[in-house]
Amino acid sequence: MGLATLLVLADGRLPSGGHAHSGGLEAQVSAGRVRDIDDVAGFLHGKLATSGLVAAAFAAAACDRPARSPELDAGFDSRTPSPALRKASRAQGRALLRAARAMWSLPPVSREPHQPVALGVVASAGGLTPVEAAVAAAHGTVSGAASAAVRLLGLDPYAVHGLLARLAPDCDRIAAAAAARAGDPVDDLPAAGAPLLDIGAELHATWEVRLFAS
Amino acid sequence: MHPEPQHHEHVVAGGALPHPSDGYTHDHDEVPHTHPDPGVDPHEPLVAGPRALRIGIGGPVGSGKTALVAALCRALGDELRLAVVTNDIYTTEDADFLLRNGVLPAERVRAVETGCCPHTAIRDDISANLDAVEDLEATLGPLDLVLVESGGDNLTATFSKGLIDHQIFVVDVAGGDKVPRKGGPGVTAADLLVINKTDLAPLVGADLAVMDHDARARRGDRPTVFLSLVEDRLATPVADWIRDLAKARIPA
Repeated sequence: MGLATLLVLADGRLPSGGHAHSGGLEAQVSAGRVRDIDDVAGFLHGKLATSGLVAAAFAAAACDRPARSPELDAGFDSRTPSPALRKASRAQGRALLRAARAMWSLPPVSREPHQPVALGVVASAGGLTPVEAAVAAAHGTVSGAASAAVRLLGLDPYAVHGLLARLAPDCDRIAAAAAARAGDPVDDLPAAGAPLLDIGAELHATWEVRLFAS
Repeated sequence: MHPEPQHHEHVVAGGALPHPSDGYTHDHDEVPHTHPDPGVDPHEPLVAGPRALRIGIGGPVGSGKTALVAALCRALGDELRLAVVTNDIYTTEDADFLLRNGVLPAERVRAVETGCCPHTAIRDDISANLDAVEDLEATLGPLDLVLVESGGDNLTATFSKGLIDHQIFVVDVAGGDKVPRKGGPGVTAADLLVINKTDLAPLVGADLAVMDHDARARRGDRPTVFLSLVEDRLATPVADWIRDLAKARIPA
């Protein structure tokens, strides 16, 4: 266990490119599906149960066995049907590796892995366990979008953080479930999808004016 | 048999395969996987040699950052291999402006999104900008100069030294002649302060002597230049400042 190390890795101020991504929220705000704090709660719950679960599983698996990262990367690719989301995930994986190289000594890893795979490899390099990597992945899935919600909708930041606090036990639960399967074959890992996030990401990528990269 | 390294590097950039130095056997190539653009390799060979001089250009909204970038491209485009990274929320606006003005082809301009926080992208989390610079160098080959234009922000915005070598802060006389007196990290710490749109001074009642005095008081020995891009389409004092930096970097 390295709790302080986990905090360093999960800190929203880690310069790993996350601030420029809304986790799909900008597209849903623009479509009028997310307008207030209750909508954001629904969005985050759904995101955690789908892309959050998949991210946690792949982060845990990559942390468990970093040498499996090429295989995991291909498996995550196949669970990401939207080319725009693939691009966003790889951009954030690349940015995370850039930050991580300044913090720990990383094992060999491709230049632009998917973010959860990069997160698992980085967590391992930092001496963290698969469940800790999964917690960071699940928490990161909701905290990035929550931060974007404050900026996009002008929501009360205290209300948004209250939401994150209530989601924390769910993050732990999903991370534990993900970590329990860290050694499973890649094809057996969770593959929950969120079609509206995929569709939203594809539309978002065509906008001329956007505030977030995804 | 391993393919020769250059080729393998290209395959890895597609995403799913191990890096040549990571010690895996080649069996991993047989893992079923897909690529978004099969058959299309977007990467030019990486190049050797020193990296480009990087200049950050910041300043408030509407102060003339993009117009200055266009002028610098006009002035320096024939003598330096240059490229531009923009941080505008209009993802194609600045690139279009540079294209329309005939000063830079599209492949030499990259836009990055800043998630409503233009200062974060140039100071606290510079990863997207660094990746854009790297991608430009990888695509275009060796560059002498990369201009990184920030999104319009406020007087506190400054660039990280991890992103740029030197920074220019642009204010304009129409923003009020009190701006240099207000100070802030952009005005006080930038390597070059540009006071732009001097042609408007009589129209907005701005006193250039006051601005000059206040800038000297705030900036000590750091240089300040007055500029009117209407009268000087090549931004000569700024271009000359960059020429000196580029010369100091690349021994003749």
